[in-house]
Amino acid sequence: MQQFINTALGGLTLGMVYAAFALALVLIWRSTRIVNFAQAPMAMMTTFVALVVIDAGYSYWLGFAAALVSGLVLGAVLERVVVRPVEGKAEINAVILTLGLFIVIHGLAAVIFGNRYRSFPAPFGLRGIKVGDSTIALNGFGIFTIVSVLIVMALLVALFRFTDLGLRMRASAFNQEVARLLGVRVGQMLTLGWALAALVGSLAGLLIAGGSLVHPGFMDSVVVYGFVAAVLGGLDSPLGAVVGGLLLGLSLSFVSGYVGSQLVALAALVILMLVLTLRPGGIFAQTAERRV
Amino acid sequence: MRERISGLWQHSTLARHLIGAGAALLVVIAVMESVSEFRSIQLASMAYLGIAAGGLTVLTGLNGQISLGHGALMAFGAYTAALLLPDRESSTPLVLVIIAAVLVTLVVGIAVGVAAARLHGPYLAGATLALAVAVPGIALFFKETLGGEQGLRVVMPDIPEWVLNTAFFVTGSELSRSRYVAYIAWLTLIVVFTLLANLARSRVGRRWRAVRDDEVSAELAGIDLGRARVSAFMVSAAAAGAAGAMLAFTVKLAAPSAFSLTLSLTLLAAVVLGGLGSLTGALIGAALLTFLPGVVTDIGVGSGLSDIRAAELAPLVYGLVMVAVILVAPAGIVGSLRGLIARSRKTNPLTTTSKGTSS
Repeated sequence: MQQFINTALGGLTLGMVYAAFALALVLIWRSTRIVNFAQAPMAMMTTFVALVVIDAGYSYWLGFAAALVSGLVLGAVLERVVVRPVEGKAEINAVILTLGLFIVIHGLAAVIFGNRYRSFPAPFGLRGIKVGDSTIALNGFGIFTIVSVLIVMALLVALFRFTDLGLRMRASAFNQEVARLLGVRVGQMLTLGWALAALVGSLAGLLIAGGSLVHPGFMDSVVVYGFVAAVLGGLDSPLGAVVGGLLLGLSLSFVSGYVGSQLVALAALVILMLVLTLRPGGIFAQTAERRV
Repeated sequence: MRERISGLWQHSTLARHLIGAGAALLVVIAVMESVSEFRSIQLASMAYLGIAAGGLTVLTGLNGQISLGHGALMAFGAYTAALLLPDRESSTPLVLVIIAAVLVTLVVGIAVGVAAARLHGPYLAGATLALAVAVPGIALFFKETLGGEQGLRVVMPDIPEWVLNTAFFVTGSELSRSRYVAYIAWLTLIVVFTLLANLARSRVGRRWRAVRDDEVSAELAGIDLGRARVSAFMVSAAAAGAAGAMLAFTVKLAAPSAFSLTLSLTLLAAVVLGGLGSLTGALIGAALLTFLPGVVTDIGVGSGLSDIRAAELAPLVYGLVMVAVILVAPAGIVGSLRGLIARSRKTNPLTTTSKGTSS
């Protein structure tokens, strides 16, 4: 029973991170119809920025802020300079481009920061909380993970629902031509969308790195899990991404706890194939299924 | 007589490809005999990257399906070879080992292809990306049979007497073991490329292209979309299996770390660099991937980077080239050159041939 609860708690914590990552993918997909496979290395890069700041003797929180800001800038710059030319072109070009970015950012990080494992600090304790006389697998950092992802989601919802800027962003994502006719500067909105997505991705990177080891490839598998989570929710829906992330986190945690941690990626593949075969529009699809 | 020969050249693709293969064999022998032992090992790696890139070219270039999982498919070929060649006493002939590697990967390719046939663009990329990340885990999970992190050793059998004799007869020098492996790899490459080139020119290849260019029209013309997609995936998986076996022969090891996501992305880079859809392009891409790292690393070390960091410059460079190709020359190196030649022909009517063959 205790193992079951701990596995579930671990899965929820991890699921929150996948949810954040899936949310970043959904933000970009909605506005530009591009799946940003370079999301993982981008988040890895900003995590290293945080590590540099922390290693220089500043506080964890300054590093944290530096990572988020550099994510914002990185996302905006990449969209403006590299991604803009392929937007609206053949799908395969965008896919190859983001994969090219994947390799470039990887190589860049390895050249600048080296290819070895380095430990990344956590701001809160990593010891489990005591309930009665047994320790459960939820620690301070886990709670911080869940809370910070929830806050970011709430902020995003508030941005899109209640602000003029959010309305303009939604309009550009919904129909670029009409938005343009109504005087929305679509280009700026797309850049902002990428910047926000990269910021959310950076948060996911920080949360995965906290209390464990980082190296240039530490986020690689997360792009797969984030993608699976986003597809579970249908790639188009932010809420779907969050639910998809939690579901995936739970499933993978149980596979890892009861079958073997080596098969986690395989389980993600199986889940992805099942969803794409049975419900290509995601498990929450109500309208006619979109062709994938 | 001359007309008959030129007629044969015009009409029989098979004859043309066979003559090309023969010429390629001569070039391979000439090159292999003039390079050092170290270079022959590099050439063997170029061959297996080339075989896998050739298969991926058929899939991505001709059929429009993108796969980031071809490195993982190579693992099936490599592990099959490793299981069949556990020690010196294993008496399985290499030809059978290669065929077994191809068949096993083919079966996996059918399974993946059936699932992939329904997917498009980013969905297919994501699914095959998941495949690339998942496969190494299988080798780690079945530690007993697949050797876990350390992987399986591949023991090459002794070179058969008749091969040694033939080699001595043709080249006049003793055949070393690494050169033997390089020859096998290049022979396999020539066979695979001849088959792929024929398929691409055949009815099957035309169907693949039709599906890539316009699904609706292809379906109206009576092409079974699913069958065309799955068959393209099968063929390219088979090539990946052969490539995996060659990798196992060359590095004498099948270990999960060799089939990381990096390998899959590298293969895609080779295909994109060379130009989507051209087998020559795939070979050029494979050559770049084999020889560029050495050059770039030397430059890196020369400019004061440590060895380990300089080694990371190579992926950085071909990632950059990949991005640049998509932004500047989406047709890749070969495609862009072809475009340039076609344009210069158009502006100069004297060189335009009246019998333009469609390509």
